Amino acid sequence: MTAQGTQVKDVIIKPDAPSALLLDKHADYIAAYGSKKDDYEYTLSEYLRMSGIYWGLTVMDLMGQLPRMNRQEIVDFIKACQHECGGISASIGHDPHLLYTLSAVQILCLYDSADALDVDKVVEYIKGLQQEDGSFAGDKWGEIDTRFSFCAVATLALLGKMDTINVDKAVEFVLSCMNFDGGFGCRPGSESHAGQIYCCTGFLSLTGQLHQINADLLGWWLCERQLPSGGLNGRPEKLPDVCYSWWVLASLKIIGRIHWIDKAKLRTFILACQDEETGGFADRPGDMVDPFHTLFGIAGLSLLGDEQIKPVNPVLCMPEDVLKRVDVQPDLLS
Amino acid sequence: MSGVEETLNESVDVKEDKEFDVEADEHAGEDYFVDPTRYLFYRDRKEWADLEPVPQDDGPNPVVKIAYSEKFADVYDYFRALLKNDERSERAFALTADAIELNAANYTVWHYRRVLLQALSKDLREEMRYITAIIEEQPKNYQVWHHRRMVVEWLNDASEELEFIADILSQDAKNYHAWQHRQWVIQEYKLWDNELEFVESLLEDDVRNNSAWNQRHFVISHTTGFADAAIVEREIQYCLNQIRKAPHNESAWNYLKGMLQDRGLSSQPGLLERVLELKQTHCSPYLLAFLFDCYEDALENSNQKENAAEEEQKENLKRALEICELLAHEKDTIRKEYWLFLGRSLKNKFGSSGPSDEPPLEPSAPAPQPQEMS
Repeated sequence: MTAQGTQVKDVIIKPDAPSALLLDKHADYIAAYGSKKDDYEYTLSEYLRMSGIYWGLTVMDLMGQLPRMNRQEIVDFIKACQHECGGISASIGHDPHLLYTLSAVQILCLYDSADALDVDKVVEYIKGLQQEDGSFAGDKWGEIDTRFSFCAVATLALLGKMDTINVDKAVEFVLSCMNFDGGFGCRPGSESHAGQIYCCTGFLSLTGQLHQINADLLGWWLCERQLPSGGLNGRPEKLPDVCYSWWVLASLKIIGRIHWIDKAKLRTFILACQDEETGGFADRPGDMVDPFHTLFGIAGLSLLGDEQIKPVNPVLCMPEDVLKRVDVQPDLLS
Repeated sequence: MSGVEETLNESVDVKEDKEFDVEADEHAGEDYFVDPTRYLFYRDRKEWADLEPVPQDDGPNPVVKIAYSEKFADVYDYFRALLKNDERSERAFALTADAIELNAANYTVWHYRRVLLQALSKDLREEMRYITAIIEEQPKNYQVWHHRRMVVEWLNDASEELEFIADILSQDAKNYHAWQHRQWVIQEYKLWDNELEFVESLLEDDVRNNSAWNQRHFVISHTTGFADAAIVEREIQYCLNQIRKAPHNESAWNYLKGMLQDRGLSSQPGLLERVLELKQTHCSPYLLAFLFDCYEDALENSNQKENAAEEEQKENLKRALEICELLAHEKDTIRKEYWLFLGRSLKNKFGSSGPSDEPPLEPSAPAPQPQEMS
């Protein structure tokens, strides 16, 4: 509802928007995605291929369809992407980066094949990226962002090697990015943004520091992301986007406040983002689908309790049963 | 996560094939073309004949026939060849521009370009012009902004930055990358002087620009700070004025609350009255939420005073609970659960509901949060 008839930035869900969950269509979409090598968008996104594979495999696993993907070739691909320095690149012929190092390790956990990598080298790479103030650079070129703090500890947690970095300093840096509204940005002073908040709450969960968050304040900021359409945006006065069904929802789950959003309305929005013809999810109803939004739409529905989808871990965005197997169970607030 | 990167770009930009018309290309006029009006593929250029192009290795699944843009394939085949040989040459540098134009998010190309900038001792001022043009075309991309930052650092010259960023913001006043770059420039090069003025001009354009409100907090906290009562009063005045212009403004209310919450909302004399006055004509769920926070803070504080006016406390509690009910059931129903939670918490902590004449419960320990199952 709007106050005093003021225009609220939002979408309108059409009456004929999809309202049933089309799992088979999504599985077919993802299974076919990797084989469309002549697809221009696929080529253009080579620079993030490792993450693209992680998105595809994770959503397939959540839908119980992982066996349809080609495990051996993917594991071989990952091996080929580990560089001498230990870091892993998005694809062959690309430079190593923390983002793709995390995605690679997540994929290998899905396949229970972490030994495909030189784990010590990965750890060394990550350690080398920690700065004096506790922050992490994404790669040797020095971009600092709380996303990378998350990537570092998530990767190390999955490998069981968290003690190799200076965790206290890392925590100090992330907390220095907490803003007056309770949210987090990419660096100290940066505007609060749901994606960054997800990374920081995930980080604080993995480092056992959730008590440092003002859960009521942040929880309120997060539930304020819900718009009349039921969808969630990433910061005030922005349009809703289905990927925020993940960033916002997972953050709320981590801090124990997921019940503060209207679940039914959010579910309606997420389902409306499906494409009935092609399968997959788009950022908002009627737009073009892609694997990224497909994962986060499905993962969001899982967090909302859809029983057709496997339970997903809100910190690592991986199936809970995988994390149980590797014995990584990050804290959540209740 | 790279996922967040995509979110910040808001949609993966897919260039349409129609741009790659080999008949009429923007590169017309470069002196290594035989015919300046024709674009030549790298594979057809004499000066590149010594290099063996490296086709894309797509990893999983055997390579199938690739039918995407010929120009893209050609440029990147030669890029891969250069990378393989770690060639540090002018022609390599020139090619990176083509590669960037085709895919400015490809971080490996940017890395390579930076290596070449240093290895070839390229003119960094010219590079500034280049990156300026690129960002103007593709402003929502981490790589271009990080590249610009590196060039500014190498030059140790930020003199163009504020104006450039202002220009980018004039096209999209909420560009997250632009704001982060601006914050870095200001902090690193101590360019605080006119920033508050800049923020105000943006808020004149769009009073709901959350990035500008964030920047306001950033500037003040790093300059005068919020300790001075005069500053706080000025900011309260500013907020309330903006709210009068656009009542349904989450950012303004967040800012006001954020500024005052540490010292306590009820510590500010007259604030409650001003907000109550505003409620008559410029009400919104945010105003009501703020009022709630004021009452809650008053309850917290009077709880600690020995001679707390019991009646006043009862009144504050009653009003706070009324607000929760109003928001939960009428004004902000989508967040019903949150408002009901707030009401319950307050009741648990500060009083009993119902007509009983018993004195309010004295909490001996903080009330337990309800253990909600999600």
